[in-house]
Amino acid sequence: MDFALSEEQELLQETVRSYVERECPAALARQIFDGDRGPAAKLWQGLVEIGIAGLAVPEKFGGAGLALLELALVAEELGRGVVPVPFLGHVLAGLALAQGGSAAQQERWLPKLASGEALGAVAFGELVPSAEGANLIIAARADGTLAVVEANAAGVTIAPLASNDRSRPLARVAIPANAGEVLPQGNLARLRDAALVLLAADAFGAAHRLIRMSVEYAKTRQQFGQPIAQFQALKHQLADMAVEVDPARGLWWYAAHAYDHEPADRAARAAAHAKAHVTDRAQQAARDAVECHGGIGFTWECDVQLWFKRILFDRQWLGTPEEHRERIAQMSAW
Amino acid sequence: MDLSFGPEYETLRQAVEAFCQRTWPAAGGTERERGIAWRKQALAAGYLHRTVPKAYGGGGQQPDILAETVIRRAFEASGVPYRASAQGTHMLVPTLLECGSEEQREVYIAKTLSGELNWCQGYSEPGSGSDLASLKSSARLDGDQWVINGQKIWTSNATVADMMFGLFRTEASAAKHAGISYLLLDMRAPGIDVRPLRMMQGGEDFCEVFLNDVRVPAKNIVGKRGEGWNVSRATLKHERMLIGDSAGAQMMFAGLVELAKRTLRNGLPATRDPLVRQRLAEIEGYLAAQEYASARMLSAIAKNRDASVLPEMLTAKLTATNIGQRIAKLAMDLLGERGLGEPAPDEAEMGIRRFTDGRWVSQYMMSLSTAIAGGASNIQRNIIGERLLGLPRDQRPAGH
Repeated sequence: MDFALSEEQELLQETVRSYVERECPAALARQIFDGDRGPAAKLWQGLVEIGIAGLAVPEKFGGAGLALLELALVAEELGRGVVPVPFLGHVLAGLALAQGGSAAQQERWLPKLASGEALGAVAFGELVPSAEGANLIIAARADGTLAVVEANAAGVTIAPLASNDRSRPLARVAIPANAGEVLPQGNLARLRDAALVLLAADAFGAAHRLIRMSVEYAKTRQQFGQPIAQFQALKHQLADMAVEVDPARGLWWYAAHAYDHEPADRAARAAAHAKAHVTDRAQQAARDAVECHGGIGFTWECDVQLWFKRILFDRQWLGTPEEHRERIAQMSAW
Repeated sequence: MDLSFGPEYETLRQAVEAFCQRTWPAAGGTERERGIAWRKQALAAGYLHRTVPKAYGGGGQQPDILAETVIRRAFEASGVPYRASAQGTHMLVPTLLECGSEEQREVYIAKTLSGELNWCQGYSEPGSGSDLASLKSSARLDGDQWVINGQKIWTSNATVADMMFGLFRTEASAAKHAGISYLLLDMRAPGIDVRPLRMMQGGEDFCEVFLNDVRVPAKNIVGKRGEGWNVSRATLKHERMLIGDSAGAQMMFAGLVELAKRTLRNGLPATRDPLVRQRLAEIEGYLAAQEYASARMLSAIAKNRDASVLPEMLTAKLTATNIGQRIAKLAMDLLGERGLGEPAPDEAEMGIRRFTDGRWVSQYMMSLSTAIAGGASNIQRNIIGERLLGLPRDQRPAGH
């Protein structure tokens, strides 16, 4: 048994982590969150340069030929840093084309996605992250197939939505029913499973960071003449946050591994568990983190809200924990 | 990333299964005698306590957590009596290996591993629980004997144990932790009075042990006088022992699903009830997280990268406690009025694996004990806060 990352996977994760720490400190994430979108493009360009845009694109199309586990490891780091980049939709669009596109569709789009020349997004429903600026949209059709639609195609409208999570702003996207080209082997359910795993990984990274931010605050904030970390009530609350979140890492690791290596039904179940469990645990950690910060935690000025809203997105988008638990029940012999 | 054990361990698994089939069930003798005889065979084969030196009856092999896991799972599946009393095999034996005299190792270890010697642990006292080092039971040296007086409590297995290892105050004038020694007592010595305590669900497992002028040979001290506290902590650094296997909780969850299926709500099996489905799925999520946390720990420890899984190690006990309580609470909600009946005596015992209604009622109460035994949940939260999150230690009153 070796339920551990390979050296290459660890190196990838460390590379992204140090990039995020260096290039996207909380102050910059905050500046972008507060409306100065300029630096966001540079952040994405930096990630493109280290190969993130084409991580799961086959090598013959200029990508790294890796799989969902590697994407999830990146998602954890982007969540940890609330990094405002269009990673989610872009890599999912690449996955959809690599898995289900015709040779011509792949030839046309995958090299551009891998190089970052084109930006991809995915419309599972009406609300689409990073649709603004996207060149192509992978659109879910009512019959469970997927189509590739050019963003400037006739009839496509993209209306920005004032979004809680400003690090991944949404738009309302309307796509005519027969727009674009169907991906011959496109599989909506399978693409959605990949998205669930990435959301879980993102939420895990964000919650893990929020717990550590709360710890640091508790060690600095003084009341009654001592750091509030000295009070056992707070110490136990922080410990409970860690007990709920920290051991869940293996759950999304496994869901990603199952997606890459195990039958689709097993992978679907693991993805549903990862999304339901991790985003639920992360939600509670985020609420607790606000509480641990006291009055300041409730303000716009405090950075906790950035992570709180990142987790909110991860939990609300593509089905709440309850919806996924009902799916799990349906997949079980209960 | 690979979740299979691989060909080397597959060969080991098959060998252990063949061994179990050849040796169990055994005929003749009492249950206890059959268990001892089987464990001696498993020790000789190198499958049981494989890292304990051969000179003391173990397998004399290098640690290999994957091999240990494969063997334990094969033992579990075969129903062989591989567990002797855990107080002996998991607490006393590592302590003697770390701090015992050569004579103590030779006299006690082999017989403890086989189960010929059963041990109980004399730590807690009525006034000393989480603050164990405040203990008052005393031992005074009189010639070549210790004379022991006091009272121990929550002593599991005291009615069947041959021996007790325990902590006693030997240096009355020393500071709290420095006044304690680690002694070994023969439970048949005059002056020992064992009184079983009845647990809230009705079964008996732990006891009170009263000690009145109990005489023990002077050589029955492990480590030096006044070092008993450190001797008792010496084994704690082997945190690998904290790794819970999720197999037990998974078995209980299977029992819970079965209970839900045979319980009707609105004329349908409760597994059709949306609320029950939500709760089952949520518990299954916790269980899956626990399973993969265990797999991460196994893999990391096999490569001596324990530090990378410190979060999983430090949260394992609280996680297991929380899951056990979620399962037990849902079971009680499914039972409804069927949960009003008192469990039958055999349903109230620890370790029974038949999931009758009464057994679930019993489990509803017994699941509380894991929140208390072996480091109460609030003590676990302190440890997690300090060692995982780097929060400051609690301020303690002067002298503690």
